[in-house]
Amino acid sequence: FCLLQQCLGTHEVSCDLYMVASSTEPQPQAKGEKTPISDTSYVGIDAILEQMRRKAMKQGFEFNVMVVGQSGLGKSTLMNTLFKSKVSRKSVQPNVEERIPKTVEIKSVSHDVEEKGVRMKLTVIDTPGFGDQINNENCWQPIMKFINDQYETYLQEEININRKKRIPDTRVHCCIYFIPPTGHCLRPLDVEFMRHLSKVVNIVPVIAKADTLTLEERDSFKKTIREELRANGIDVYPQKEFDEDAEDRMINDKIREMIPFAVVGSDQEYQVNGKRILGRKTKWGTIEVENIAHCEFAYLRDLLIRTHMQNIKDITCSIHYETYRVRRLNESNILFTSNPPDHPAVQPKANGQPEEQPATPQPNGVAAQHEALSHEM
Amino acid sequence: MASSDVARQPDKGVRSLSLAGHVGFDSLPDQLVNKSICQGFCFNILCIGETGIGKSTLMDTLFNTNFENFESSHFEPQVKLRAQTYDLQESNVRLRLTVVNTVGFGDQMNKQESYQPVVDYIDRQFESYLQEELKIKRSLHNYHDSRVHACLYFISPSGHSLKSLDLVTMKKLDSKVNIIPVIAKADTISKSELHKFKIKIMSELVSNGVQIYQFPLDDETVAKVNTTMNGHLPFAVVGSTEEVAVGNKMVKARQYPWGVVQVENENHCDFVKLREMLICVNMEDLREQTHTRHYELYRRCKLEELGFKDTDSECKPVSLQQTYEAKRQEFLVELQKREDEMRQMFVQRVKEKEAELKDAERELQGRFEQLKRLHAEEKAALEEKKRLLDEDQSSFGKRKAAAQLLQAQSLTANGKKDKDRKKKNDG
Repeated sequence: FCLLQQCLGTHEVSCDLYMVASSTEPQPQAKGEKTPISDTSYVGIDAILEQMRRKAMKQGFEFNVMVVGQSGLGKSTLMNTLFKSKVSRKSVQPNVEERIPKTVEIKSVSHDVEEKGVRMKLTVIDTPGFGDQINNENCWQPIMKFINDQYETYLQEEININRKKRIPDTRVHCCIYFIPPTGHCLRPLDVEFMRHLSKVVNIVPVIAKADTLTLEERDSFKKTIREELRANGIDVYPQKEFDEDAEDRMINDKIREMIPFAVVGSDQEYQVNGKRILGRKTKWGTIEVENIAHCEFAYLRDLLIRTHMQNIKDITCSIHYETYRVRRLNESNILFTSNPPDHPAVQPKANGQPEEQPATPQPNGVAAQHEALSHEM
Repeated sequence: MASSDVARQPDKGVRSLSLAGHVGFDSLPDQLVNKSICQGFCFNILCIGETGIGKSTLMDTLFNTNFENFESSHFEPQVKLRAQTYDLQESNVRLRLTVVNTVGFGDQMNKQESYQPVVDYIDRQFESYLQEELKIKRSLHNYHDSRVHACLYFISPSGHSLKSLDLVTMKKLDSKVNIIPVIAKADTISKSELHKFKIKIMSELVSNGVQIYQFPLDDETVAKVNTTMNGHLPFAVVGSTEEVAVGNKMVKARQYPWGVVQVENENHCDFVKLREMLICVNMEDLREQTHTRHYELYRRCKLEELGFKDTDSECKPVSLQQTYEAKRQEFLVELQKREDEMRQMFVQRVKEKEAELKDAERELQGRFEQLKRLHAEEKAALEEKKRLLDEDQSSFGKRKAAAQLLQAQSLTANGKKDKDRKKKNDG
């Protein structure tokens, strides 16, 4: 069964480094089958995949997605389309007086969804009021603060002595940024927001209400956006630097060619060619949401949910969160002491222990004289 | 290992939604599995047992390979542990397996401290994981997890009961590692004896409060098989890497004049059960238990030992950082104090030495004076003597001169006298 076997180093007493190659063919077995007696080479290591799958199904998953964009861009509709259920309540038109919130609010709503035995706790974080005021300077700050607060909560729980078996994960895994379909270029607000937030969270930019753009307009808009992102040094998901290997890079390059996705959302079903599909019905035709000839919703859905969801979560956990943690722990160190140590290690060992001064006195020549005299004697 | 922990139960305040169509997140477990395949798995087994009981052979048989172990001597002065790491692959799963064997266990005359190296090894692995977790710049997903996931304890097939060494060792280890006891060389015990032996062992373990690893029962798919297997503990195993022809097949077996013990025959021994439980069904659970139970316990104890608390004396939550900083300040203050003390001591010793040396100097000075005086006195005496001598000499000289003169005078006088006499005589 073992294609390749290598003995690596040791930690303890005595062991040598050597390689052993076995020439038996790999014989994968399905779980549950009794091993036939003639096959003496099956061990069963690959059953761990099944064990992992079982464990994951039992535990369930969590996914936290934030939607950011001006009001009226179709954020809630898109979320509902993505997850095929009413995960976001569309903002009901409030009274004229309370129309525009004074600051950016953060509203987080969680739902339990289940599909084919896989349970997921989906949290959609809405940001009403973003970009809606007259003066939008620093409107990303409440959002940045919210994201960092989630990291902080997780960090605090993680460094507790008595910590929970499974730390509840409220960290924002993905932030979908809605670009209004002007067809020209990114606005300063867009650039500022993405520049600040691409460093702390995975940003997936989308062109909202893309049914107002023709295909040529859409392509040129996308190209302009990509160039502007590059010019401003904004790294959106999937980030180039986190590609793991050549295969990854290939897949991600294809995606990077397509972002930002031009999406259309809808929660209404219509009859088209005998099938009921989600779409928007207009006088000049019906736009089919899941038809890739019409809009790129399907690509977005595949990226976000079907292929890269785990990867998105991993990047949040192992890169964005770790960056936050490093910064936070270093900050506390600098706050309290003048020289930050290398790590807040468990053992506060003496790095700065004063060296033992030599006990031999160095008096001012008495000894020398003493010696001279003794020699004379 | 999945680095993002997820909620076990749906939260109370969270609504359930039903989906109107296929969304597609049912591929999440597959995504997770694919990621793990890329990363590879790691599993660490610790085998404790007396020398020659068959640990290495069993490992070879379990993983169907030759790990190339050599026989250890029986004369080790102390128990040691030998760890070897291997990369194994089966279909698309890569496993980094570490097998740790005890060397010299049970061989010493005095076995009181036999368990200590094992406990130390396990603690060391926890410690290095803890250190990595507490680092500022850490890379947990790349970290080679060396914590012991499963401990196979090999019981000698005496047929009677557990040895006290076994009980003591297992008691020390049960809160640190998942213990799976196995009866080694089970082909030396008959079926009825085996049955009694197993019951005796389990009752002894229970009455001594030793917590061995129970196969988990919370997942319906494997609960049934695990319950059955829990009833078969400890597994009576036989290991062999040699193949013997039985019928028209080659099987792993041990050949005796009176018959052939087939390793993978469930009627002959529990080897297949062990392999099934250890690898095929519960490997992931073993890893999870190690991480969530044993490691957390270690971490909690270690941090509490060092004085970190979650809440301070007024029961307000205290962050680890604050506690650490407070301790650090304390430590620095103490360091300062020690430094001052040392400096004071140093100054004092310098003073003392100086005083000592001054005394010595004074003494020497005194002696010098004294000697000088003596020398002067002697010199004076000598001068005196010299003077006397000179005087003597001079007086002698004078007398000599006087005598000579006298002689000369007397000569001339004599001559004169002679002359006179002559004259007289003449005359």
